[in-house]
Amino acid sequence: MNCIMEIITVLILFFPLAGFLVNSFAGKRLKGNLSGIIASTSVLISFVLVFVLFIRMLTGTGSSETISFGNWINAGNLLVPFEFRIDPLSVTMMLIITGVGFLIHVYSIGYMKGDERISVFFANMNLFTFAMLLLVSAANYLLLFAGWEGVGLCSYLLIGFWFKNDDNNYAARKAFVMNRIGDLGFLLGLILLFVQFGSFSYDVISAKAVYILPGNMLITLISLLLLAGAIGKSAQIPLYTWLPDAMAGPTPVSALIHAATMVTAGIYMIARSDFLFILSPLALIVVLIIGTFTAIFAASIGLFQNDIKKILAYSTVSQLGFMFMALGLGAFSTSVFHLTVHAFFKALLFLGAGSVIHSLHGEQDIRKMGGLKKMMPVTFLVFLAATLAISGIPPFSGFFSKDEILTRAFHQNPAIWVAAVGGALITCFYMFRLLYLTFYGNFRGKEHVRSEIHESPWIMLVPLIFLALFSVAGGLINIPELFGGNVLFSKFLQPVFINKQTIDNHLDKYSEILIMSISLIALVLIIYLAYREYVQKQRIPVNDINTLPFFKRIIARKYYIDELYELLFEIPFRWLSEKLFAIAELKVIDNAVESIGRISLLSGRYINRIQNGNIRLYLFAMVAGIIIIFFINLIAF
Amino acid sequence: MEKVTSAIQVIPVEYYMYISFALFAIGVLGVLYRRNTIIILMCIELMLTSVNLLFVAFSAYHSDPAGQVFVFLVMLVAAAEVAVGLSILVMMKRKINSVDIDLLSRLKDEK
Amino acid sequence: MIVLFYLITVIMLVSAVMVVFSKYPVNSVISLIICFLAVAGHYILLNAQFLAVVHIIVYTGAIMVLFLFVLMLMNLNSKVESQRSVLMKIAAVVSCGLLFIVLVAALKRSFEIPVDKPFDNSIGLVKNLGRVLFSDFLLPFETSSVLFLSAMIGAVMLGKKDLKTEV
Repeated sequence: MNCIMEIITVLILFFPLAGFLVNSFAGKRLKGNLSGIIASTSVLISFVLVFVLFIRMLTGTGSSETISFGNWINAGNLLVPFEFRIDPLSVTMMLIITGVGFLIHVYSIGYMKGDERISVFFANMNLFTFAMLLLVSAANYLLLFAGWEGVGLCSYLLIGFWFKNDDNNYAARKAFVMNRIGDLGFLLGLILLFVQFGSFSYDVISAKAVYILPGNMLITLISLLLLAGAIGKSAQIPLYTWLPDAMAGPTPVSALIHAATMVTAGIYMIARSDFLFILSPLALIVVLIIGTFTAIFAASIGLFQNDIKKILAYSTVSQLGFMFMALGLGAFSTSVFHLTVHAFFKALLFLGAGSVIHSLHGEQDIRKMGGLKKMMPVTFLVFLAATLAISGIPPFSGFFSKDEILTRAFHQNPAIWVAAVGGALITCFYMFRLLYLTFYGNFRGKEHVRSEIHESPWIMLVPLIFLALFSVAGGLINIPELFGGNVLFSKFLQPVFINKQTIDNHLDKYSEILIMSISLIALVLIIYLAYREYVQKQRIPVNDINTLPFFKRIIARKYYIDELYELLFEIPFRWLSEKLFAIAELKVIDNAVESIGRISLLSGRYINRIQNGNIRLYLFAMVAGIIIIFFINLIAF
Repeated sequence: MEKVTSAIQVIPVEYYMYISFALFAIGVLGVLYRRNTIIILMCIELMLTSVNLLFVAFSAYHSDPAGQVFVFLVMLVAAAEVAVGLSILVMMKRKINSVDIDLLSRLKDEK
Repeated sequence: MIVLFYLITVIMLVSAVMVVFSKYPVNSVISLIICFLAVAGHYILLNAQFLAVVHIIVYTGAIMVLFLFVLMLMNLNSKVESQRSVLMKIAAVVSCGLLFIVLVAALKRSFEIPVDKPFDNSIGLVKNLGRVLFSDFLLPFETSSVLFLSAMIGAVMLGKKDLKTEV
């Protein structure tokens, strides 16, 4: 029976890779939608295979195991096999990647139609899928890191897909470099892991970690370093500024990579390393603080943004903050649950925004939209569903996941709960602001754009509808026992995590209902407030930021963080490299190399004088040589 | 004739080596010291002769005729070499009307 | 025997030095002849009879005569001009001396190869030498004729007066 698991695992990884190769090499010759169809089909096949694994796991015929395919690195003490881990966590992630990925691929067939480099696009998307699958199915850190780097690369390639525009290239570079900064921490953490445990394999490390006392300094250091990698990849403070800029890429890219999958890699990695983080309360606190702070910070920026994709980008950063918060609270499966439902509604939000942008021929400023409710009804409906989900309104899926986080936050420390609720309220406000300004009221754009507005083609709408269904009904998989549910999801993930977190918390029923109600009422209030502002009063965000009052202007300028980074890092770095060039390169190295040449020429000129044709000199040299040879012989022996 | 005493029975072979070295060194001296090409050629003959002497001495010491055969061949070569050398000298005299060896610097790299 | 040895040695070395330091080339030639005669004397002392005679015939009889002819015909007997630089002279003497010293030192350092054949005094006789020459060393003997041929051709070619073509 093991053979089946192995074959399936290989095939799951194989098909996206095959799609990548086909589209890379034969892409130019593929007409029309064929490259998109090939790409989508390969992801679909992978999805089906993952689903098979999933069913096996549910019905109990398959269980968590590590599959090994021989050795990758075998050098002395370092032994890294090609091993893959199939357990509830990785299967969940794979389902998201292939499932949501498939829907996005199908959507892209419609969205990217007519683009001259469309086969390259799909090749990169498939490559990304492959790398991400590798990341989540790896059974050791090194293979995970290989996938980690792979998704970073694909992110770079896809953000800068329309490379003729320099801004896109700059954004792609920014994303890659910031990722790299995090990766440095990640690598250091990996090295220390090896030093401590002698292996990169999850099984080995988790087995050995049991014997280590909590609070161990080295483990804390390792956890913090791994966290640094996660911060870079998942766009938390301080390495988040790349994500809003990454919106320069095509919208399906934003949906797939920067909402549903790549940015969740950091969270996946921390969840995978639960056996390490559990041993280090300090690291968990850091995770918690960073997550909470990021959640609120990013949400506040989102309040004042006017580009539809940027709002969603900050929303992603904020939601990732919530996931980090959950990790910091030790609630790993909660975090994964939020990750799952977030993938649904965030992808939906992005794809819906893409639908709007596509229809308006590239307009992304919400101040120039409005009234699209009647002109794009399907898009409006799915967008509404996603907005309700992200705000956490029951019975949408977002409610269950966010509520679980809030409850655990309260259980840990009411102050965190307050912060989390604040973040949720701000989220709700800016999301509804977005919704109202885009779809309600009257259209505020140019007339010729207005006449061309149409609903998107079916190939783009069907994935949206599917995602909407999941966003709505997704909560069903993890209904807390409060409501008589069976917390299926948490139970499914239970065997993975060492921290046998209690499915139910210690709060008594009444406190829990109280908390829930408070947050719900607040949310409804916010929705009403937003409605009043943007629909009834028809308030439109100002066109010029400089007219805003002081505090609002700071937030609208994203707290000047980008400028701060430029001041702190870019300018000194550039200064240093210019100085180095002028001094080290031109003066030192060039001189050194040239002097070698000059020395040769010079010495040649002098040695040239020996060959003056004087026979006696030659004879002399001969005799001298003989004497020297004899002499050396005598001395040496 | 068999009753004749050979000098080698009385004089150790090192002495012959010394005088051979001395003769050779004088030959080298002549080659480096003099400018006249004829003298140089003669000193080359001196060097060859010194080697001949050494060969004969060793041949007598080891009672091996091979040494003397070799001397025979060396003499042969010396004769041929003198012939050719002198004709070169004649050409040289014709060309530059002098036998001063310092005037021959055609091997110089013209720059 | 020993007296004879030293006498002949002295004659040889003195005449060799005279070769180097003579003022006139003819004096050098005469000194060289005397040197060769001394060396022939050494050969006789070592009982290399055949070689002694051949030495006199070939060297003094043919080679030196050649030298004399060239000297006379080319009128090279002029007095030797002074050397170019003292430095060269000193360098020459020094290097020559060094060479001698180094050779002697090498001799001092060396070890003797033992004599494995019984002492035979008759190897220098014409009969025995001839037998060895024509049995063991026949090939070099015959090949040397080729050497002579090439030398002869070379000498003739070089000595030709350039009539039409420059060699």
